[in-house]
Amino acid sequence: MNGSTPGTATQAATSPDTVMVDSHSKAEVWGLAAQFSTPAGISEAAKKVREAGYRWFDCHVPFPVHGLDKAMGVPYTVLPVIVFFGGLTGLCLAIFLQVFTNSLEVDIWAIVSVVGYQFEVSGKPLISTPAFVPVAFELTVLLAALTCVSFMLFLNKLPCLYHPVLKSPKLKRITDDRFVLVIEARDPEFARSTTEALLESLGPERIVELEP
Amino acid sequence: MTHEGQSDTLRLGGLGSSAMAIGAIVGLGGMAATIGLDGVGGSAGFWKSYLLAYMIALAICQGALFFVILQHITKSGWSVTIRRPAEAIAANLQWMWLLFVPILVLVWTGKGAVLFEWCNTEYMHGDHVLEGKLGYLNPTFWSIRSIVYLGVWALLAKFYRSQSVAQDADGDVRRTLRMQWWAPIGIILYALTQTFASIDWVMAMQPKWFSTMFGVYWFTVSCTGFFAGIIVLLAVLRGCGYGAGSFTVEHFHDLGKLLFAFGVVFWAYIGYSQYMLIWYANIPIETEWFVPRQLGAWFWVSWILILGHFALPFVLLITRWTKRFRNILVLIALWMVAMFIVDVYWLVMPVVPEAALAEASSWEQLQSEAAAGTLLLGWNPSILNLTAVLGSLGLVVCGTFFFLRQASLAPTSDPRLSEAVAFENF
Repeated sequence: MNGSTPGTATQAATSPDTVMVDSHSKAEVWGLAAQFSTPAGISEAAKKVREAGYRWFDCHVPFPVHGLDKAMGVPYTVLPVIVFFGGLTGLCLAIFLQVFTNSLEVDIWAIVSVVGYQFEVSGKPLISTPAFVPVAFELTVLLAALTCVSFMLFLNKLPCLYHPVLKSPKLKRITDDRFVLVIEARDPEFARSTTEALLESLGPERIVELEP
Repeated sequence: MTHEGQSDTLRLGGLGSSAMAIGAIVGLGGMAATIGLDGVGGSAGFWKSYLLAYMIALAICQGALFFVILQHITKSGWSVTIRRPAEAIAANLQWMWLLFVPILVLVWTGKGAVLFEWCNTEYMHGDHVLEGKLGYLNPTFWSIRSIVYLGVWALLAKFYRSQSVAQDADGDVRRTLRMQWWAPIGIILYALTQTFASIDWVMAMQPKWFSTMFGVYWFTVSCTGFFAGIIVLLAVLRGCGYGAGSFTVEHFHDLGKLLFAFGVVFWAYIGYSQYMLIWYANIPIETEWFVPRQLGAWFWVSWILILGHFALPFVLLITRWTKRFRNILVLIALWMVAMFIVDVYWLVMPVVPEAALAEASSWEQLQSEAAAGTLLLGWNPSILNLTAVLGSLGLVVCGTFFFLRQASLAPTSDPRLSEAVAFENF
């Protein structure tokens, strides 16, 4: 690592088209990052990179950029389908739970007799659908919400405690006002020279080589 | 601010006059047929059909007024282009008081009992609970209230439409600020008048029954009618080549969300909450309203509402893609218009068989009486219902296109216009 400060990064940013190669870089390269200064710039770059046939690339931006998903060719998330089934599970669970506890009466092998809490409340039948709705509703919402949050994290591969992009001090401004496109070395199309040439042609502020 | 979709056709041409003509023919024809088929002149069936038709047309326009004021309260950018069609629907409130005059006359000539049981003073004095309500439910106070509601809606609708249309010409931003300044006052007035109007014109048909949630329920009814209606209207405009750059897939998507939220989920939530509290407490004065709705044919109508107004559209509208395909969304919206009409029918038509309820010894007895047809539940579908509803809807279509023809289809000088044209749903 160069240990450069944000100040030097800004200076470096003023001299465009400079390939910065980490002096301590090992033989292994994790990927190549190109830094852009505008949302339009990175959208255009993402489109070109996708069209060049790359699949293992990502965009790191400080705020949601409209249309970037489309430019990158990211397919629509499967999350809503998972959430639907999470909610459905909650609904079935709630109905089962209430019917089971309110009116259960079974003998297990004629030895153990199991009886639910068969309380009669204001003359209502033991299985009263209207009374079951609030619990069914709440449990549907609860399981749908929990499914939503947990699968959102899972599908985003979060929590992520280490990421090569955040390791590089030269890319510190991606959390502020810069937009970074990273092509990973594991991409079958990745080749140090041609990938760099492609990124160069997109007009970035700088290109940074990332170590794992 | 220039309109980005300059190539947009935003002035109604031939479609406006033909839609107006069709609306006028269906509207006047439907009304004339209702009067003609009634024959005897002023039967209970006629008046119930008339009130049903009036409430259906009114609900759609009330929903439009709510939507317009809401956009100003929230200073919404996304909805600027679709606000103008909503203003045109709400503008019908400027003449809709005319259709209420016959009901006022009916009550004032002492024949109101065919619609509102409280007009029967003998009946009211015969019951201690009802006697206590005479201070509120009497022709004078009721008429004053009705006139106030109709006046407030007419003024609000006129204010919001005329300011918005005037802004097209002068582009004065102060008009936007003025509309925003009045929006919180307007929405409070709207909430109060709509709540009390639903109580006075629908709930008070059975004066003994009361539900504190009825006003909110009516609000969800009007939202269903409006959001389903405006999706159909915008789809017709787009289908005829108007507003391609103004009424985008994003607007249809968002209106689909609002139909899902207000017309499906909130409707079911309020409807269920009202039912559950009454069912649980099981007090005769409260349950009497639901009893006829669970007997005979009304039992099946109630189930049609639960499945067709909630379960089916819930599944259909919950996914993203159905809201983004205009042809699919408009089919769902048409279905919701039908369900909305069934819902108002279910609110207005049933009759509480009070004497039979007092004598009945069991629910099974009521069921068998209902099956035998000896129980009077108000289930009496007739051609009058159909002609009256077609008549009032025709008049609303005619009025809406009359107002749409007078101005651009989108507010072309609104300061937030560019937001509405450019926004995207994630």
